[in-house]
Order: sequence, then C-alpha cells, then structure tokens
Amino acid sequence: MAGKTLYDKLFEAHLVRQNDDGSSLIYIDRQVLHEVTSPQAFEGLRLAGRQPWRIDANIATPDHNVPTTERSGGVDEIKDPVSKIQVKTLDANCDEFGILEFKMNDQRQGIVHVMAPEQGAILPGVTAVCGDSHTATLGALGALAHGVGTSEVEHVLATQCLITKKMKNMLVRVDGELGPGVTPKDVVLHVIGLIGTAGGTGYAIEFGGDVFRNMSMEGRMTVCNMAIEAGARVGLVSVDQITLDYVNGRTYAPKGEQWDQAVEAWKNLVSDDDAEFDEVVVINGADIEPQVTWGTSPEMVVSVNDTVPNPANESDQVKVDGINRALAYMGLSADQKITDIKLDRVFIGSCTNSRIEDLRSAAEVVKGRKVADTIIQALVVPGSGLVKEQAEAEGLDKIFTEAGLEWREPGCSMCLAMNPDKLGAGEHCASTSNRNFEGRQGFGGRTHLVSPAMAAAAAIAGHFVDVREFVKQ
Amino acid sequence: MKKFTKMTGIAAPLDRANVDTDMIIPKQFLKSIKRSGFGPNLFDELRYLDEGQPDQDCSGRPLNEEFVLNKPRYNGTSILLARENFGCGSSREHAPWALEDFGIRVVIAPSFAEIFFNNCFKNGLLPIVLSDEQVDQLFKEVEANEGYELTVDLESQVVVTPSGAEMAFEVDEFRKHCLLNGLDDIGLTLQYADEIKAYEAKARQQSPWLFDAIK
Ligand code: SF4
Repeated sequence: MAGKTLYDKLFEAHLVRQNDDGSSLIYIDRQVLHEVTSPQAFEGLRLAGRQPWRIDANIATPDHNVPTTERSGGVDEIKDPVSKIQVKTLDANCDEFGILEFKMNDQRQGIVHVMAPEQGAILPGVTAVCGDSHTATLGALGALAHGVGTSEVEHVLATQCLITKKMKNMLVRVDGELGPGVTPKDVVLHVIGLIGTAGGTGYAIEFGGDVFRNMSMEGRMTVCNMAIEAGARVGLVSVDQITLDYVNGRTYAPKGEQWDQAVEAWKNLVSDDDAEFDEVVVINGADIEPQVTWGTSPEMVVSVNDTVPNPANESDQVKVDGINRALAYMGLSADQKITDIKLDRVFIGSCTNSRIEDLRSAAEVVKGRKVADTIIQALVVPGSGLVKEQAEAEGLDKIFTEAGLEWREPGCSMCLAMNPDKLGAGEHCASTSNRNFEGRQGFGGRTHLVSPAMAAAAAIAGHFVDVREFVKQ
Repeated sequence: MKKFTKMTGIAAPLDRANVDTDMIIPKQFLKSIKRSGFGPNLFDELRYLDEGQPDQDCSGRPLNEEFVLNKPRYNGTSILLARENFGCGSSREHAPWALEDFGIRVVIAPSFAEIFFNNCFKNGLLPIVLSDEQVDQLFKEVEANEGYELTVDLESQVVVTPSGAEMAFEVDEFRKHCLLNGLDDIGLTLQYADEIKAYEAKARQQSPWLFDAIK
C-alpha cells in the first residue's frame, strides 16, 4: 500500500464522521476570528440561542479595518463609521462569550495570520479555520488550515466541526538552492506563474524539496499564504526541526513534559517517502529570479529583467483578450521593460510579507539611501505589535524613516484598502501583498506584487530594479 | 433555526409577479453587521414613500397606504400570497431574513426562484408551490374576506382554508425533516454531537496540549 501524504494524515486524524452525501465532518482545533467575517456568525448563534462549542479553541484580533496611523485614542476615534462598528462589535462579541482577543492597541494585536502562529496558537498537526482566504499561511507549520465563509465560521463556533470534502494532493517540489537575492516571495510568484491561478483548484498543495527544507518558517508562511492565489485552499509544509524550533517557547505552545510528548507526535507530520500525489510539479531553484507582476492577476508575472508580454505572441484568443485588458488597466505597453515601470507608491506589509525577516530584508536595502522624489508615499506596516516592537529594538524603524519611508501601526492596511491607506486612480504601487486585482488597493490603483527587498529597491530607484544589481551599487 | 410544524395566521395578497430580492430588501440595507432587524425594511420601496437609509428609525416614515402590508386588515400577517417567480434576482440571504424578521413564516406562490427557495428552508421559512388556479382562488378569497386566515400543516402537507377545503403541496422529504425539527446545517451537525464528543475525548487523551491552552 502506498504511503500517505501529510494532507491525508491530517485529514484522517480529524475525521469525525463520513456523511451520506460524500461530505466529511472534520474536527477543528483552532479558529481565528477577525472583525469583518465574524459579526453575523455571532449574531446567528445568539438568534438560535446557541453557545460556542469550545471557547478555548478560539482566538481573535481586529486587523482589516484598524487605522495604521497614530491610534492611541482607541476604537472610538476610528473615523470610518462602518470600520468602527465592526471593530467594536468584535470586542463586544469576544467579551460576551469570553473569547481571548487582542484588542486594537494590545501589543499582541496584528494581522490574524501573523498573530496566530506568533502566539503559538497554531501548532503542527492542528486543523484551523479563519474567515479569510489567506488562512492557508498557517499550513507552513504542518497544520491543516482552511479559509472559510461566515456561515462556516458560525458552524465551527457552534459545533467545532467543518463540513468539507477531501481534496486531491499536489506536490510542488523546488530542488537545489535559490540564487542570492531570490526570496520565498519570488518562489511562490514563480510557482503561480507556472501553474496559473486555477492550477491548484481542488488540491491541497504541499511545498517540498531542498529549497523549502532550507527555508525559514517565515519564508514558508509567505509561500503557503499564496497557495490560494494558485487556486488551492490549503498549502502545507512537512514538519522538521525548523518547525519545532519556531514553535518552541511560544505563549500557547505546550511546555515541559507535554512539549516532549507533542514533539514525538509531530515527527509523524511528514509525507511518507512513498506517498502518491495526484500531481507533481518540479522546479529547479536556481532558475528562479526576482519576480514582478505586470498585470491584474497574480499569474501575470515575469522576472524583473523581462519585458511586459506582447499579445501578438499569443495564439489563444482568451489569453490575448486578457493581456489586452490588463495592459489597458495597468497603463502599460507590450514589450515594455519591467525596469522602466515608474512607481508612485510602495507598500511593505500584509500577511504575506510583514514579519521580522521581511522587514529586515527591506531595511537592508534602504539603509543609508533615500526614497526617490517621485514616490508619493512608501509605507512599512508591521504584521503585529510584537513584530513592530522587535523591529524597533533592532533599529529598523529608524532606518526606514531616515530613508523616507513611513513606519506604521500593525494591520492589513493598503493590502485591501479597507482602512484609509489607499492608492489613487492610475497610481502604480510596488506592493509586498498578495493580490493585484483591479481596484484591490484603491479604485483604479495599479498593483505590482514583489518581494520586500524588491519593493525597497523600487522605493529608492523610483522604478523597478533588479535588487541583486542594486545592492552592489 | 425555528421549527415549523403547523400554524394558522393572517394571509396577505401581494399581487405582482417576479418580485425580486432587491424589492424584498433593497441593497443599501446589506451593509449591516447583523442578520436580524431587517423586518422594518422589508419591501422598503413599496412600503414607504421616501427613500430608506440603513440604521434609520422607520416609525416616523411616510407610509404608502396603498401597499398591502400597510392596510390595517392585514396587520400581523404571517402568510404571504404571491405570484410566479417570487424571490428572483440576487442571492442575498437577507431576503428570507427580512421576511422572517417581519413575522412571515410561509410564502405561497405558483413558482419561486431557486436560490431564494433554498434559502427559505435554511432560515425556517416554508415556501409552498400551489397551482395557478389554487393560488388564484386563494387571492379571491383573501380579498373578499377580512380577517381571512389559513392553516398550514407541514406534517400532513396541506393548506387548509377557513371553509375547511384542503390543498395538498409537495415538499422534499429531507427539507421537511429539517424544518419539522428546526435543523439548519448547524442543527444537522449537532445531531452528531455524541460523535463529536467521542472524538474530542480521544483527542484530549492523545494531544492534551490542544485543550485549555488558550484563555
Ligand atoms: S493582509 Fe491582506 S490578504 Fe492578509 S488578511 Fe489582511 S486583507 Fe487579507
């Protein structure tokens, strides 16, 4: 009999029952809540007279709507009334049901997917849900994490279970080593460019091979975060020593004897050598270069030294139309050099790239340099209060502000422009976030997804540059 | 979800075809963080003469006296008589929420839009399909008799008029079971509460660190 994949093991270990209609009921160990997708779920519980099944499985923090400018005035001073109501409602619901919440000005507050692993609330081998598609991030710990909708948030609150169907298994193996200046973000953008935004639909994608084995936990989180941009609801990395070292000592991680017991159990959280995947993609790490998206979908991505695609080179009419539409929206012309794209704003942050390593790598590039005069605004938004504190202890905030970047309070910020941080119409932004859809960062805004180092270099140059060459200057 | 077994209540005739969900609950009310409280804005554009705003107190707004639900004789309506293709348009679940919040438990029509029809069952509402002739007859009787009440018995699948005439209707077995027992998706899963608890007891043994850690 063939061995099992990590996904198979996690799924089977959490199976409560097989329903007659082919769906499965799986047990959910952890739910992470934020202010946008939870209010109607709590309301539903109240209307039905139900209680949460298990309070200690939940952890909450507001992130999407919080202002990232000075906010010591607290929730009452949030200007946008809808944002204010959503944040207040989360506070009230968590207070009412006794759910642990890190409120807006708590040092531990942050973007859900940054906060939860940082606290040790997400552990190897758990199942987790959050009403947000980038929950896939948490798979980096060897956890089975699903993004869900509001009715599922309510379902998990009330039953501690999720109704789901088993997915297929895909392995994305990146062999060898990455070249200098090539980051996890470049790896995942390259993968999406290769398999497309629907390539992973219906699959749980496991990222394997030497490149991931040697990658830090934070890098693995960046990669799993964008599994959803490749169409997969679930991204995973098998557990190894790097995982254990990351988890050890975190607030809600097991301690003492329980730690030893847990480590023993977690050793099994790897895909077996003879596991069969439904689909395998193999990439040579040395082939990956710094990536830049030029269009309005994450799969519209090229290497920094390439040019914008020419629809004349495409035969498929659907693709030709797609390229033409994206070129028009982005205000770019075919065959234009990526390095000639001029930028108006730079955003370093989001659940993809707002952890300490991301900030370090951006700081290294801007240190002793100045943001180009043509850049209207360059923001650095740490993923959590603790990331912010760490960065300040290392003096990164000074490096950023001296170079002319703004240093902000933690939150989602310009990733989706639900708070006041937005792009103006027609503006180009080098962004370390995960979605470059039309209007994502503000009406008419033009987003280019890149790594933190590439965004930092672009902020200094005023246009895209190959960060590998740039740092030599 | 509220159970639905058998009920008797005032019926009101909404005599127009293709009532869409935007008519049932206009889009400006979808920004709410709640799923209750939509009742005062049910049929907002038909019911009031001004344009409704979210979070507004509706008690002082000018009423359209011509609209059926504003007529005193239909006070306390719990059964809505409607024409074909009721509930068409956007998939918003706010439409059944608004009907339910207003106090309506049954909608009788010759046909319904499919998503709306499904959404009703998830929210404790019973949509009943009767033939054109039957619906016509009910419209005539309601309009002719003030205080006209219908009885709807889900168990035996009949609508009973004040004269004792019975009109049988079809309903999917599984949906009937869920409505009779007040089971939504959550209710259905909770039927397996023992299995969930058994799983949990085993998990607590195997991975005690996953319990009582976050507080
Ligand atoms: S940072 Fe962006 S992608 Fe991540 S959770 Fe927030 S809004 Fe979603």
